[in-house]
Amino acid sequence: MKFLGLSAKDTRFLLIVILLTLATPIILQPFPEGSGLATFNAGYPDLMQRFAIFGIFAIGFNILFGLTGYLSFGHAAFLGIGSYTVVWMYKLLDYNVIWGLPLAVVTSGLFALLIGYISLRRSGIYFSILTLAFAQMSYNLAYSVLTPITNGETGLQVYSNDPQVLISEGETSPHFFGIVMNESAKLNLGDWQFTFNNGYYFTAIIAIVVFYISLRIFRSPFGLMLRAIKTNQTRLNYTGINTRPYTLAAFVISGMYAGLAGGLMAAMDPLAGAERMQWTASGEVVLMTILGGAGTLMGPILGAGFIKYFENIFSKINDQVLHGWFEWMPDGLEDFIIGLSHFFVGKSWHLTLGLLFMLVVIFLPGGLVEGGTRIWHAIRRDRKPKGPDPEHHPEHIPHVAEKEEF
Amino acid sequence: MSKTNITRRGLMKTGAATGAGLALPTIFTSGAAAFTNEPTGSSVKLGFNVPQTGPYAEEGLDELRAYELAVEHLNGMGDGGAMNTFSSKVLEGNGILGKKVEYVTGDTQTKSDAARASAKSMIEKDGVTMITGGSSSGVAIAVQGLAQDAGIIFMAALTHSNDTTGKDRKANGFRYFFNAYMSGAALAPVLKNAYGSDRRAYHLTADYTWGWTQQESIAAATEAIGWETVNNVLTPVGAGDFSSYIAPVLNSGADVLVLNHYGGDMVNSLTQAIQFGLKDKVVNGKQFEIVVPLYSELMAAGAGENIKGVYGSMNWNWQLQDPGTQAFVKSFGEKYGRPPSGSAHTAYVQTLLYADAVTRAGSFNPCAVVEALEGFEFDGLGIGPTLYRAEDHQAFKDVLVMKGAENPTTEYDTLEIVEVTPVEQVMYPPDHPMFGGPEASLGECNDGA
Repeated sequence: MKFLGLSAKDTRFLLIVILLTLATPIILQPFPEGSGLATFNAGYPDLMQRFAIFGIFAIGFNILFGLTGYLSFGHAAFLGIGSYTVVWMYKLLDYNVIWGLPLAVVTSGLFALLIGYISLRRSGIYFSILTLAFAQMSYNLAYSVLTPITNGETGLQVYSNDPQVLISEGETSPHFFGIVMNESAKLNLGDWQFTFNNGYYFTAIIAIVVFYISLRIFRSPFGLMLRAIKTNQTRLNYTGINTRPYTLAAFVISGMYAGLAGGLMAAMDPLAGAERMQWTASGEVVLMTILGGAGTLMGPILGAGFIKYFENIFSKINDQVLHGWFEWMPDGLEDFIIGLSHFFVGKSWHLTLGLLFMLVVIFLPGGLVEGGTRIWHAIRRDRKPKGPDPEHHPEHIPHVAEKEEF
Repeated sequence: MSKTNITRRGLMKTGAATGAGLALPTIFTSGAAAFTNEPTGSSVKLGFNVPQTGPYAEEGLDELRAYELAVEHLNGMGDGGAMNTFSSKVLEGNGILGKKVEYVTGDTQTKSDAARASAKSMIEKDGVTMITGGSSSGVAIAVQGLAQDAGIIFMAALTHSNDTTGKDRKANGFRYFFNAYMSGAALAPVLKNAYGSDRRAYHLTADYTWGWTQQESIAAATEAIGWETVNNVLTPVGAGDFSSYIAPVLNSGADVLVLNHYGGDMVNSLTQAIQFGLKDKVVNGKQFEIVVPLYSELMAAGAGENIKGVYGSMNWNWQLQDPGTQAFVKSFGEKYGRPPSGSAHTAYVQTLLYADAVTRAGSFNPCAVVEALEGFEFDGLGIGPTLYRAEDHQAFKDVLVMKGAENPTTEYDTLEIVEVTPVEQVMYPPDHPMFGGPEASLGECNDGA
């Protein structure tokens, strides 16, 4: 079955992604309300929206980092620019996200063009440092210098005395032609409660569209060229190919993805803070991509989900929750277990995440996707072709120096 | 790009999937509750949203201790602490309106984004009726706006910027902590007595909202007593090294240095100013002095010896002798083996005040709670009679002027109380220009229905 220019395999892949995305509110809510494990449920609107938004951010980052190998440490700047654009549109026009989102993509694209044009004159570590410098510059500008535009530390938000020239009566939060983002429908099935949120489905549908675009880029001749740049840029240059337009295009595209993600953040929650542009936010997307699997299609999305899950679920496990879990144990043992848990949950969630990251990088250099593939192959080992060399590796030819002819 | 094959079957499938996706949210109707997160069971959940990682983690930890103590007292465990001295007697130690108090915690990381994410999970997932916390004004203002939109109550903890109850005031938000204007108004007379009215002040200011409002407030208050503001230099937040900012102070002709810094920044800038020997200098025939307008116990501990004789202000200190303070310090000390910090006190008081307001209103409905808190006058929670002003939801009470102790005996009494400034002196009209002027408004209370 072929579909929208995708091969049969990719179509199947896309359909699985669509199904998973649409069923997220059910998949992420596996434990009944009121049970001890309900803490681990993640099917509430804010977190689901974050999964989709950071998924978009990571998909875009992967187009640059995964394909060309250029490691940008400044992508959070575009995230912030996207957010500020959307909030400004709320302030000037009205709460319909249709004005802000396309503009967020355009402005972040323009900034990416400017920053990329300068930074891409260097590669490797120098490129990373240049992008980091630009992002930190943007952060500091937003945090203090440009406060009249960004509202500094407090964050840009809508005030009652803003112009909002298109506003209509009773319009108080972001919407898409009347579909209000923070409205949800709740479904109670026995002890389970599922929340279907308008904002989540809005971001999810956009995420599917941009995932499809990234799939097409991966499979296109342009994507092949980007991979060639990652493999050996020098060789391409000697062949007479000017690689800079390609890297610049990849940089701008991933900047636009980041701007879209930032815009969506403001579309879900009408506030833009400067911390969104801090270098830690740029580092986070690098972690997401590496954790999930750089250069793979699904990896960055998995990585984004993983990190956001830890940030929002593990950080909330406090003593009260732990006591609830372990109260059946004898007192001494209970205190010991709770004391031990302190190192991994609650305020120490960074440590758990760090350990997992180390494990993944050491044992699964290809990220979570590699883990998944290994399990898949372990299950289907019998169906692999068993010939002496099914992948036709080239035979080893000794180097001239190795030939002992003299 | 390669060509696109749109087949009839494929198109119909996509159409069906998209249609199902779009229609899904509208199939089910949302349950009609009277207001956001109306507690229906035998318990009620409160959200404690404090920084557990990042630069203000220590303050956040102390706030969390106080919140846990408050929950114990509300549920009738422990000795009841300041509930016994509180002027309002409706709290009986049986939870709130007979419902057991439970709590969830979150990590704000001292970032508005993370704070809002954690607050949203408390509202959407855990169903809290009130969120309290915050260790920076940016975070407090961000979460206050969220609480307003979602229709729950926000009881701000550590936030000192004028904006929280100034231009960013919200109907669903209440602040017990004092603000930068009050610091200036309380400090100025003490500074006049100690250093005279002919002084030239040099300000180093953290370059963000809180720093600016504090600098503006202090400059206005000191200029009113006859001081001259020589210069105001903005320093980046988290600069670490302030030597390049301190060196020019000596040649500026100033004889007082005002450090509008908080947390680690204040510890570094004060330490470096002392190392430069500023306090040993004589300028314009007067001894050079340093002022730190906002003090906290943790900053005092961090700066060590250097704070000796340096003036500043505080919201509350455990060394006060009123019965409310003593009751709170006693039960905090018995549970944790140390005196509480000022931020812990605010956290504790805000929780009790919310519980009390719900009980007096007889409902968890945010609008009823707002009504119960507006214009509420109370006493017995430390630092004397207090008013929650209806116009801006700011608590008005006496303000402490502190000084670094010359001979501290333990690590907890490095600051000593110089003066308790009466509340009349720190009062200001709700439409004061530093608080957003006549345009600032609370808006309507929102119960989310």
